Amino acid sequence: MTISRQAFLRLTGLAYLGAVARKAIGAITGPRWAMAVDVAKCRTQQNCTKCIVACHEAHNVPSIPDRRHEVRWVWREPFEHAFPGQVDEYSSLRGAPAMLLCNHCENPPCVQVCPTQATWKREDGIVAMDWHRCIGCRYCMAACPYGSRSFNWMDPQPYVHNPNPEFPMRTKGVVEKCTFCSERLSVGRPPACVEACPEKALVFGNLADPHSPLRQLLAARQHVRRRPELGTGPDVFYLT
Amino acid sequence: MRDRGLIYSALALFLGLVTFPAWHNLSAHVTGKGPEVRLPVNAKQCVAPVEYMRTSHMNLLIDWRETVVRTGRRDFTAAGGKHYNMSLTPTCLEQCHGARKDFCDRCHDYAAVSPPCWNCHQDAKAVLRSAK
Repeated sequence: MTISRQAFLRLTGLAYLGAVARKAIGAITGPRWAMAVDVAKCRTQQNCTKCIVACHEAHNVPSIPDRRHEVRWVWREPFEHAFPGQVDEYSSLRGAPAMLLCNHCENPPCVQVCPTQATWKREDGIVAMDWHRCIGCRYCMAACPYGSRSFNWMDPQPYVHNPNPEFPMRTKGVVEKCTFCSERLSVGRPPACVEACPEKALVFGNLADPHSPLRQLLAARQHVRRRPELGTGPDVFYLT
Repeated sequence: MRDRGLIYSALALFLGLVTFPAWHNLSAHVTGKGPEVRLPVNAKQCVAPVEYMRTSHMNLLIDWRETVVRTGRRDFTAAGGKHYNMSLTPTCLEQCHGARKDFCDRCHDYAAVSPPCWNCHQDAKAVLRSAK
């Protein structure tokens, strides 16, 4: 088969345009996942850790007693620690628990610094990780202003007490964090933490759809995000 | 010829050293025969022809890995039209091959390769019986 130079260039250009158009259509029509945390509901259950347990069991996150080696995907802090300077001493939010997780930022600093592209922003908004490619340099941990990433300082497997065979473990020298349960989303299930919350305090949804329950909740309720002044554009909202 | 003893013992030592690999293998019961893997009990056909899997399973697995991790697509259609969930432990091991020591490790040990898959991916719970 012979092909003229002109036809070859034309085909190359068309293929390139097609690829760009496909990406643009995907970005416009696809979902953009985000989460809202209802702090008022969490406050009624001060000692509840069901979302943390569900997440950590689903993803084989080790429970390492030594806090220096702690690995966490979802964790809890007093509201005034998660939002310093935003809670005065008369606020009802003082002492309320805030569920913290990766914010899946619009402009994620961790992605910018990763030298191996082991972490990247998916078209649906999820800041994903490829543990195969992580070299453990921990640039992402230094870049993340939310402390959402943990490093495996030691082999985590002895600390996974009830391993889930459906999900891989991690190994020593790898960074890990919340993935918004991309493996569950791909089969149409909500994230494990959302499913586990008896109070329905965690609302997961599509920001791109103006009729989604999440968007309606955000339109109706006052909400805050962690350190928005940094320009990272967190996609986890806290309803106050 | 007063050095006869010395010469013969040195010769014996030399021969012993030169033939060391041969008798070491004999004593360790190493044979020229290839490794014996335990074949799956329930499945007759792998996701690709056996000849391809034998030489290129690592390429297929890396391809699966990139597709699942980077695009989020988990469905693999084999040449026969059968669909598989692209997943090492639930599909490869638990559906067909069973424990890795009965299948993967047999060849990997023989060929002295240690792929890092098992640093994170878990072994199958159920150990399938030998097909023989």
